[in-house]
Amino acid sequence: MKIFNTDIAIVGAGPCGLFSVFEAGLLGLKCHLIDSLPVAGGQLSEIYPKKPIYDIPGIPEILAGDLIKNLMLQIAPFNPSFTLGETVIGLSKKEDGKFELETNQNSVIRSKVVAIAGGLGNFEPRKPQIENLIQYENCGVDYIIKDPEKYRNKKVVISGGGDSALDWAIYLTEVANQVTLIHRRTGFRGAPESVSKVMRLVQQKKIDLITNAEVNKLIGNSHLTNIEIKIDNSETISKSLDFFIPLFGLVPKLGPIATWGLNIDKQAIEVNTLDYSTNSKGIFAIGDINTYPGKLKLILCGFHEATLMVQSAYRIIHEGKDPSFKYTTVTGIKGIN
Amino acid sequence: MDSDIQISITDRNDKTHMLEVPSDIGMNLMELCNSSEISKMGICGGIALCGSCQVYIESDHELTDCSNDELSMLDNLMYVKSNSRLACQIKLNNKLNGLKVRIAPDQ
Repeated sequence: MKIFNTDIAIVGAGPCGLFSVFEAGLLGLKCHLIDSLPVAGGQLSEIYPKKPIYDIPGIPEILAGDLIKNLMLQIAPFNPSFTLGETVIGLSKKEDGKFELETNQNSVIRSKVVAIAGGLGNFEPRKPQIENLIQYENCGVDYIIKDPEKYRNKKVVISGGGDSALDWAIYLTEVANQVTLIHRRTGFRGAPESVSKVMRLVQQKKIDLITNAEVNKLIGNSHLTNIEIKIDNSETISKSLDFFIPLFGLVPKLGPIATWGLNIDKQAIEVNTLDYSTNSKGIFAIGDINTYPGKLKLILCGFHEATLMVQSAYRIIHEGKDPSFKYTTVTGIKGIN
Repeated sequence: MDSDIQISITDRNDKTHMLEVPSDIGMNLMELCNSSEISKMGICGGIALCGSCQVYIESDHELTDCSNDELSMLDNLMYVKSNSRLACQIKLNNKLNGLKVRIAPDQ
């Protein structure tokens, strides 16, 4: 079990969670961020890193991925700690008044304040409709590739036609013993350079490409050993393998947050716009995950919410003491305490 | 002159709702489903990112072509048919009078 003690535990390492670290840092507060994705940035890193954003004040145009890089640089002086690739599954309040957050991989984060900056929720893999898929999860079926070494010298079948499926198929040709790529259609809509690279690897017989096809049955005992692939909606072939990796993108879900006793309206947490506090003292919600009259799901609004949130967080952490207000033009980024 | 248009939406319980809305309402089909409380969809806010608003177009209306983002999302979704679209990408206008759609199963 890994235990972290911090001032503010931030659930979600998207732009609002990251910027909270900066504003908290100015007040001398330490933050620990937890995110179920293996990298910081939330949907900006995972879904649209190459899309330009035009409404960040003072920045006419910036790629989503670059905004995250800049935020990471901006918060670096405050040394935030991270637990990435883990999902917060439990939140409880202890006798000493601190919250305890528990992740699905037994990390524990203790703090006086919790800020939920969960964006659209947890990004969970979109799972294909195969009858006994769940039976083989972690026994041959993986939805996210965390450590490619796991597939060294193994027979791997990837299913999907997006960038993620293409990029991993390319990467795993250097690691796995055999790579098969199965796609529902004949054409790919991924990045053109990835598509042509896959096609070259198909010609070199490093990727076995099966199109107009879907995996429709998984076979094995304690571990997956074979799959059945339906081609052109008629012919069915069987294939032996070690790992089946369906990569159909991620779908946002509120997940365990919905069970924490917070007031929820249409998949969003209701907050008081005074400081973006929830109905549970010490728990705040900022960014896309909250709702209030007039809410706009914009990064710039989330930055504002983060800024006001840490003021109240300071009062909770310092038992009623008000933070003194200073401009960074006066104090720099050393903070005010 | 703008007038009302009729849209027929069949929900996941197979119940058909007939809606009459001004053609200049300025909404997309996802927003219409949400505001009329037929179905809660569009977790991502309507930018073709979550795929929660997949519908099947059951009338012969000529719709605007799918953007690359919409096509990529449809590539990843389950229960996709040849008449699948994302409701968030269909802006209501007077050409859509009589449109019939069915909401696809939950992902």
